[in-house]
Amino acid sequence: MKNPLESLSNTVIIGLVLTAVLYFVVRGMLGA
Amino acid sequence: MDWMPALSRWVHVLAGIMWVGLLFYFNFVQTPALKAAQADGTAGGIAKHVAPRALWWFRWAAVVTWLAGAALLGKDFVAAFTLQKSHLAIGVGAWLGTVMLANVWLLIWPAQKKALGLVPASDAERAGARYRALIVSRVNLALVFPMVFFMAAGAHTAVYFGR
Repeated sequence: MKNPLESLSNTVIIGLVLTAVLYFVVRGMLGA
Repeated sequence: MDWMPALSRWVHVLAGIMWVGLLFYFNFVQTPALKAAQADGTAGGIAKHVAPRALWWFRWAAVVTWLAGAALLGKDFVAAFTLQKSHLAIGVGAWLGTVMLANVWLLIWPAQKKALGLVPASDAERAGARYRALIVSRVNLALVFPMVFFMAAGAHTAVYFGR
């Protein structure tokens, strides 16, 4: 299977999704 | 003016712009340009004259960014890196930046030295190193999105998390 990071657009999408996931994790930890 | 935090924040942002700017350059410009240049036999100039210079500024900008960031954290350094609730946002940003710095020096630079022919390597080793450098560079490109988000959030927690 092709590594999704070989694609520039996939990498940007992964970065944005990771940002959203971490945002909700941190928000939950802060109890915000 | 409180000189130390003011100066370290200024240097942190300036060096960070250079580091992330070059990361964007590698991923959005140089990698596709090299692919096109290899197809018409003109990649030699980029590999010999552009890439090594860009990599020098890239890896040292990463070091300066991290050191200035550590100086900026000052007495909050441990609280940030141990992800204390009071420093959670900046701590996540600091850890992401630290992983990116480690990727630059421990994975990307050694692979690029082989890929660019700066150290002896067989053709197979060179091809493997080129792929490894690409993938780790892409990992850093993905990490830069949350890293910058949490760096900004660390300085403006109320805006990002309402507290």
